[in-house]
Amino acid sequence: MPHPKIAFCAILVWATANTEAMSSDHNPPNRRAEIEQHLADGKFDRASTALRELWRRETNSATAAFVATRLDQLRDQLPLTKFKLAFLRSFTVEPILPILRAEAFACGIDLEIHVGDFNTYVQDIVDADSSLYRFAPNAAILAVRAEDVAPDLTINFADRSPEAAQQAAARVARSYEQWVSSFRQHSQAALIIHALECPKPASLGVLDSQSESGQSGLIRQVNRELRRLASAQHGVYLLDYDALVARHGSEHWHDARKWQMARLPIAADHLLHMAREWIRFLVPLTGRTAKCLVVDLDNTLWGGIIGEDGMAGIKVSAEYPGAAFQALHRALLDLSRKGILLAISSKNNLDDAMEALEKHPGMLVRAKDFAAMRINWGDKTQNLREIADELNIGIDSLAFLDDNPFEREQVRAALPEITVIDISSNPLEYAAAVRDCPVFERLTLSAEDQQRTAMYAEQRQRSGAEQSFQTKEDFFRYLEQEADLEPVTDLTLARVAQLTQKTNQFNVTTRRYSEAQIAEMSKQRSWNIFSIKVRDRFGDHGLVGVAITRDEGEQCEIDTFLLSCRVIGRTVETALLAHIAKSATDRGCRRLVGWFLPTKKNAPARDFYRQHGFAEQQKNDAGTLWMLDLKSSTLSVPDWIKLNVTETATTR
Amino acid sequence: MKNEGEELSTFDEVRSIASDILGVPAASLSAASAPATIENWDSVQHLNLVLALEEKFSLQLSPEEIDQMKTLGATAQLIDSKLQASPR
Repeated sequence: MPHPKIAFCAILVWATANTEAMSSDHNPPNRRAEIEQHLADGKFDRASTALRELWRRETNSATAAFVATRLDQLRDQLPLTKFKLAFLRSFTVEPILPILRAEAFACGIDLEIHVGDFNTYVQDIVDADSSLYRFAPNAAILAVRAEDVAPDLTINFADRSPEAAQQAAARVARSYEQWVSSFRQHSQAALIIHALECPKPASLGVLDSQSESGQSGLIRQVNRELRRLASAQHGVYLLDYDALVARHGSEHWHDARKWQMARLPIAADHLLHMAREWIRFLVPLTGRTAKCLVVDLDNTLWGGIIGEDGMAGIKVSAEYPGAAFQALHRALLDLSRKGILLAISSKNNLDDAMEALEKHPGMLVRAKDFAAMRINWGDKTQNLREIADELNIGIDSLAFLDDNPFEREQVRAALPEITVIDISSNPLEYAAAVRDCPVFERLTLSAEDQQRTAMYAEQRQRSGAEQSFQTKEDFFRYLEQEADLEPVTDLTLARVAQLTQKTNQFNVTTRRYSEAQIAEMSKQRSWNIFSIKVRDRFGDHGLVGVAITRDEGEQCEIDTFLLSCRVIGRTVETALLAHIAKSATDRGCRRLVGWFLPTKKNAPARDFYRQHGFAEQQKNDAGTLWMLDLKSSTLSVPDWIKLNVTETATTR
Repeated sequence: MKNEGEELSTFDEVRSIASDILGVPAASLSAASAPATIENWDSVQHLNLVLALEEKFSLQLSPEEIDQMKTLGATAQLIDSKLQASPR
């Protein structure tokens, strides 16, 4: 992944309608006012985008209340997946519900929630006419505290003889079995069961850990039974509540005072974490999952930039700092095992990237692990569309991982349906961010899931590169590019000189010229200086390319050929080169030659001459000389670019 | 979970949170706003308000302190004194 500034230049801003979503520095009150305004104007898509953005930036209880109420106004206007969720509970869940609805909304889910009464979960399940069944949920969550369903194993444990405790454990497991069976008689909805939490510390302290029939041993036994129960039934799932609490820290998870006050056992800071755990089940149940994760390469899959740092310079290994990237690779492989495809979208020369992917010893993922790749200098948004097409999945099934926050914003604005994973600038946190993302959760695994990537790799080898070329052409036509090509004039002199001074990436010789020098060269007959201006369906890019040539006998040498990174990868260079060839031919030249002088930054131009049919003439320490025989050249302006040429007044 | 924007006073932040939770415009809330004067402010919302404040200011409110939250102004004062006792 090249330097952020360079990446900035290379991006095409597609989403003119969504640029509002990109503004990042509103004060909180302004964002809310903006949303209210959109709602008042009936602009539901904009309200929705702004609401999601608000929730992303301010993820807390207060904002959840705001989001949930505005959602009520929006829900019927948007293509959200509707889902009816029922709670069977022994504790207060109401304060968590606005957060749950906001998180669900962020995943494209519109939740309608029914909450049963306190501790009536058994009646709700066994009574065929209960409010639970009348609600007809798509899923029910059985959220019961261990203290409520198994007092003999928890609060009263010290009073129980070992035999009585063992019997209590068996009784609890049997009860759950009966409830599941009863539930299934009345409903085919999914059932998510909170597993029991082990009290911390255990009733008898460290003594408890020394046998399997201590308090934690018995509770684990019950949980094992619950897990067996879930796997034996279709649509019954276990939520490992103990693991959830442990992850966030048992000492801070509970709030004894709120429990006494309001039967809310969970502290304010962790209501969000409870909501997010429920979401991990709702996402796969609603199918709002990601089927493919598209990753960037530079500074995402490895530390550093392969095009600049080379194989020896990039960081990916078992030691710091490369270890962070290996951890990410392991997270990606875990996704693969669940049937999630991996793909690459990277601005790089293909051979540089492939060499690292195939040969770098630190890589734990190889080319074969990726079902699709777009490694080129083109637009990332277009790459993502093409990847979705190639893999035959919807754009909304993609997730995107890129270290560059600007790239992430661009993709978010242009393709709001994609899940863009937020990561910090610290690679040590990348793996966790991927693992934490709910769109990768799955509740079932099939044989196809496990072989999916291999199937795609096979398919890719069969169909080859033709597929992607066709799509590229469609993209170029779609752009509706129009270019004005003319010799340098007084008006364009400053800009032409500026481009020679500023342009580093797509620049074959990187020769820097002042305005005075350009003016001087343009006066000489053997020198020709061309500029090209480009417009497309999204706007005017201005003067973005310069070519300077010098005639010497039958040979025309390209002294300078450069293109602003704004228009790399759209065949504008082909149009400019074709015109140079034609005008050189018209002037009586037989050969067109040009040097490529490599620098740290001009990798994008390295294959320019080769790709346009030039032959390597000479190679030395400075670079490579390329030659095109003008008589046999088939170079032409691509037909998807409308080229307007202004000839010079004086010709030979 | 921080909001962006300039530094606000404790009362401003309390009011902003109350506005979201109670579903009324911040401009209509004042230091004197109380459950008696705001229709939406029932015991359920009071709990939600408490939780949002605990989350925002990283503190825990005891039942006695929650009882003292009779108006938004009193709430802000309570929070200020707690923050001064142990700065966040």
